[in-house]
Amino acid sequence: MSKLKIALYWAASCGGCEIAQLQIGEKLLKLAEAADIVFWPVAIDVKYKDVEAMPDKSIDACLFNGAIRNSEQEHMAKMLREKSKIMIAYGSCAYEGCIPGLANLFNRKMIFDRVYLDAESTDNKDKTLPQASYRVPEGELTIPEFYDTVKTLRQTVDVDYIVPGCPPEEKTTWLALEALIEGKLPPKGTVISHNAKAVCDDCPRKRDVKKIKKIYRNYEIIPEPEICLLEQGLLCLGIATRGGCGAPCPQANMPCTGCYGPVAGVIDQGAHFLSALASVIDSNDPEEIRRIVDDIPDPVGSFYRYSLPDSLLRGARIK
Amino acid sequence: MEGHDSALQRSIGMSFEPKIVAFLCNWCSYRITDASGVSSVKLNTNIRPIRVMCSGRVEPDFILRAFESGADGVLVFGCQPGDCHYSEGNYKTLRRIALLKKTLSQLGIEDGRLRLEWVSPSEGDRFLAITGEMTEQVRKLGPFSGRNGGSHE
Repeated sequence: MSKLKIALYWAASCGGCEIAQLQIGEKLLKLAEAADIVFWPVAIDVKYKDVEAMPDKSIDACLFNGAIRNSEQEHMAKMLREKSKIMIAYGSCAYEGCIPGLANLFNRKMIFDRVYLDAESTDNKDKTLPQASYRVPEGELTIPEFYDTVKTLRQTVDVDYIVPGCPPEEKTTWLALEALIEGKLPPKGTVISHNAKAVCDDCPRKRDVKKIKKIYRNYEIIPEPEICLLEQGLLCLGIATRGGCGAPCPQANMPCTGCYGPVAGVIDQGAHFLSALASVIDSNDPEEIRRIVDDIPDPVGSFYRYSLPDSLLRGARIK
Repeated sequence: MEGHDSALQRSIGMSFEPKIVAFLCNWCSYRITDASGVSSVKLNTNIRPIRVMCSGRVEPDFILRAFESGADGVLVFGCQPGDCHYSEGNYKTLRRIALLKKTLSQLGIEDGRLRLEWVSPSEGDRFLAITGEMTEQVRKLGPFSGRNGGSHE
């Protein structure tokens, strides 16, 4: 059997997905037996023009991590889609926008103003802002265009599979790679993880239907070790988040922040969590409810930390 | 995204007519609209009624979906506190809407575009007054346009 050809690429991301890919450890040897890596900017020196020269559909699978925030990323997403038989959105940024997607609370102008003009540490007397092209005596210089809105990979090109997580757990990565190597891929569109139910299904903490009168931030309490974190007033998103990770965060006394995305069948993870939270708040009095809710300093950052570009509203409405 | 209706209205010189999705609980507000035919009461035509069995059935994503689909405002009607047919569905709605309003405000959506009201089946006049007020309030706010999710411009 001829070896598979695999490409790996990064767009708007942090580099954590590359670490997660290396984290499969000695299984990398199994991967190397079964597949040749034809493009991987973090590790091998293959240029964009080399990818461009590859015939269409000559790559068996592309693991694409990162969101689409500029024209270079969009160009590479489209090129890799053409060159690859299977496109895999690897990690939360490609899947649903993730942390880079929180920039959708703002637009390009607000981001540029803050970063290049208003930040306390910025010294920019000429008020220079990034230009997509600039003329110098030697000719024209260009950089990728920075878009107004962060998009997910699925909003940009056709995607075959999703590997969730920020970053994906080692076992989730291997679940996808093993299926690929063995030619046992699930139906198109599958979010590949060990559990399509909520993180709560993986979590050993006990739920005793306790209701909460106050929402705490992580540093404000030391949680009881065996009781559900949401029932202790921490914003644990496990109830609205796809499992398969094995619930490592709640087991380390940290609430789930939602990185595996919505559970199967749910579109808007934030709205789903919000609904669950409304069920555990122990009050029927409008004033008291307002006080409890006011303890959440950053609702979008708490409910949509990983999923804002993929949510129903996709971002803030900017006038 | 601005709906076709409002673009058309403008092009033929009409004023903006807000579209308001109203979730009507079967046991209170829906009774009112149901009875309006019999008693020949004219309902507000800016309202797009959706009947649900309880305001507690209105998941937050129904409301987001309404905005995403072109609604300029959303009204949720539930039974008076203590009167819920299913004992406390309306209290759950109260908590959901409080959380949702806080989230929507961070997303730049004006408070006046979402309103929760309790009515009893006998409060037809109040129902009409609320739908009228809401229409005027949303008319002042103008058409809802979501994030430019469809394009990179």
